[in-house]
Amino acid sequence: MFEADPVMLSRILTGLTLAFHVIFATLGVGVPIMIALAEWMGIRRNDPHYTMLARRWARGFVITVAVGVVTGTAIGLQLSLLWPNFMQVAGQVIALPMFMEVFAFFFEAIFLGIYLYTWDRFKSKVRHFLLIIPVILGATASAFFITTVNAFMNTPQGFELVDGVMRNIQPLEAMFNPATPTKTAHVIITCYLTSAFILAMIAAWKLFRGNDHAYHKKGLHLSMVAAFIFSIGTVLIGDLSGKFLAEYQPEKLAAAEWHFETETEAPLVLGGVLNDEGEVEYALEIPYALSILAYGTPGAEVEGLNETPEDLWPPLWVHYAFDLMVFIGMYLTFISGAYLAIYKFKRHLLYNRPLLFGIIAGGPLAFVAIQSGWFYAEVGRQPWILNGLMKTAEGATQADHVGLMLILFILLYLFLGISTVLVLRGMFKKKPAEQELYERGIETRGDSA
Amino acid sequence: MTYEVLGITVLWLFLYGYLIVASIDFGAGFFHYYNKESKKDYRINKLIQRYLSPVWEITNVFLVFFFIGIVGFFPDTAYYYGSALLVPGSISIILLAIRGSYYAFNTYGAKDNRLYSFLYGATGLLIPASFTVVLTISEGGFLEVTDDRVQLQYGALFSSGYSWSVVILAIVSVLYISAMFLTYYANRAGDPQAYQLFRKYALFWSAPTIAACVLIFFTLSQHNPEHFSSMISIGWVFFLSLLFFCAAVALVYQGKYLGLAFVLVMLQYGTAWFGYGASHLPYLLYPYLTIYDGFVNEAMAIALIAAFIGGLLLLIPSLYLAMRLFLFDDEYVQGKK
Repeated sequence: MFEADPVMLSRILTGLTLAFHVIFATLGVGVPIMIALAEWMGIRRNDPHYTMLARRWARGFVITVAVGVVTGTAIGLQLSLLWPNFMQVAGQVIALPMFMEVFAFFFEAIFLGIYLYTWDRFKSKVRHFLLIIPVILGATASAFFITTVNAFMNTPQGFELVDGVMRNIQPLEAMFNPATPTKTAHVIITCYLTSAFILAMIAAWKLFRGNDHAYHKKGLHLSMVAAFIFSIGTVLIGDLSGKFLAEYQPEKLAAAEWHFETETEAPLVLGGVLNDEGEVEYALEIPYALSILAYGTPGAEVEGLNETPEDLWPPLWVHYAFDLMVFIGMYLTFISGAYLAIYKFKRHLLYNRPLLFGIIAGGPLAFVAIQSGWFYAEVGRQPWILNGLMKTAEGATQADHVGLMLILFILLYLFLGISTVLVLRGMFKKKPAEQELYERGIETRGDSA
Repeated sequence: MTYEVLGITVLWLFLYGYLIVASIDFGAGFFHYYNKESKKDYRINKLIQRYLSPVWEITNVFLVFFFIGIVGFFPDTAYYYGSALLVPGSISIILLAIRGSYYAFNTYGAKDNRLYSFLYGATGLLIPASFTVVLTISEGGFLEVTDDRVQLQYGALFSSGYSWSVVILAIVSVLYISAMFLTYYANRAGDPQAYQLFRKYALFWSAPTIAACVLIFFTLSQHNPEHFSSMISIGWVFFLSLLFFCAAVALVYQGKYLGLAFVLVMLQYGTAWFGYGASHLPYLLYPYLTIYDGFVNEAMAIALIAAFIGGLLLLIPSLYLAMRLFLFDDEYVQGKK
């Protein structure tokens, strides 16, 4: 029975916690760099609008950091509570990156506290700006370290498994496993991209509603330029990730592409549905594209899913998650590129409504892409918790009441999610940017450049 | 010193750090709510927030450090404690999540909200109570261990005098440590009203603190005689702790050397904490798990210790900077910055 299966319930609860946490974690990694860019622009150009952007972004950021911290604490503990057998075995190897992640987070926490409470304390503006650097380093480093753990679960190495116990361990080899470079780079760049789009969304929304204050225009421009650069990075690293999968986890790539027969000149399958006979219908096929994605040449042979025994197949619905992620990634590149093109060549059309709407949509879509990307990555390695070594079912807890805990956590995340939205709305509605600029004596009321 | 002892000492030290900073934090949340409800001067709550706002996130990391560290050094603890603590551990997570986020919502959010303030005040007392389960089950007698399962015996846990006395000690300690610290902090802030109020709280909570300690000794002697007798063999440590307690309370009573008084509080808990920990060794979970049979492999132990030293080199100067800016900067403490 579904309800009584602690393995399934543990998977759902872990998935739920991570899906909720990743929203805040993504912002936690990406927003500091945007704050830094804005503050730096403010100093360089001596433009208080940018400084105000940094201040207001930082203020909203604290709220999301708080929820990120508590949900991060939750997943840290849940690893041992829900997967005690897995942690007992893998704890021998993943201890180092987890430990280092905590240090990075510690470092970030200290400097974030200092940064937020020293806005007007130093005579030199640059000195305050410097305090955000350790926040960026800490946030990015913790994303890096924790992602190496996930990379290890995909391509475990650096030990020998003897009777269920890991021996002859090389901590660094485990940490820098084949999945580490592409996975960490992909995670970090998409955090930056998503955060840039979220901030762009806010500015675009203001402009869309008819507010034409220079503050919002500068906010939009800064975040769109950043978003375009990050989206190019995302596309390039995404391509490397595909090549990594072809080499090390061909069954994951094959499941994503519904690629069953091993063949050369393999086509890429977009969309479509699988019928009862396991055939793909209504899909758009791009010839050679999968071979190019996997190995960089149209003639390359790509391993099909049929090479993997059927009981070790990942669920085939990961295809949709994969496609969704890729489509949105393309869309984000396109819309930020369109903004820049119009900015350069047709500046009088810059704030046209379809473009602004497209940018606004980019914010939530970027989050959809983050979620579907993670679901693809995680579900795509099922049934393994340690790829090729330990099945997910072997790692789960035997304890009772997992179902009850699942209900409690659903309620918690609902409660936190709703409160976060209410609080953030309240914060920025109560004091719009124009009012704050006025109160700080930066400009007179009604002024717009 | 073996790697095992070094590992557990480091972890125990961090848990001690958490005990002190989190007690200040949890107690402050409770006092904040209580003062608000009983219409005490609003400035007093401003004072509490001035201390807490820049540091609450740092406080939380001490805890994360401990539970990640213990799984790192002693992976078997993940199996035993992880299996046994699913329900109480999840409850602790939920309380922590509510507290952390509602603290932020209340402090940085749009308005001072009564419900938010209640949520973070009330959870401040429930969290230490929920954490004590870990200490309680480490004494043995509350688990049923078979080949493929570890189960917590809720009946035994809830009917045990020892487990309840640990809960009581945790709650009164939180209020006592926090009030002692805030007495010092209010005095530095030059706020006589807040100072008098916290001094009153501090003195009020000192008696139950010591009573709870006596209760712990008594119930532990019933529950785990082996551990109790090894505590007696280093009885001087606990006697020292008592002396620190008396000196701290005497200083606060006279209203002199409040900084020193808080250092004495830290020594009081430090001696008791390390005395308790040392006498519990070699067991991590009596009688199933010692520090020797659950230890991580040697290569990883060396890597962890190297990472630890590297981390400390980064953290200590940063913590020093944070403390200089927020704790030992008179103008900040007095609310002028």
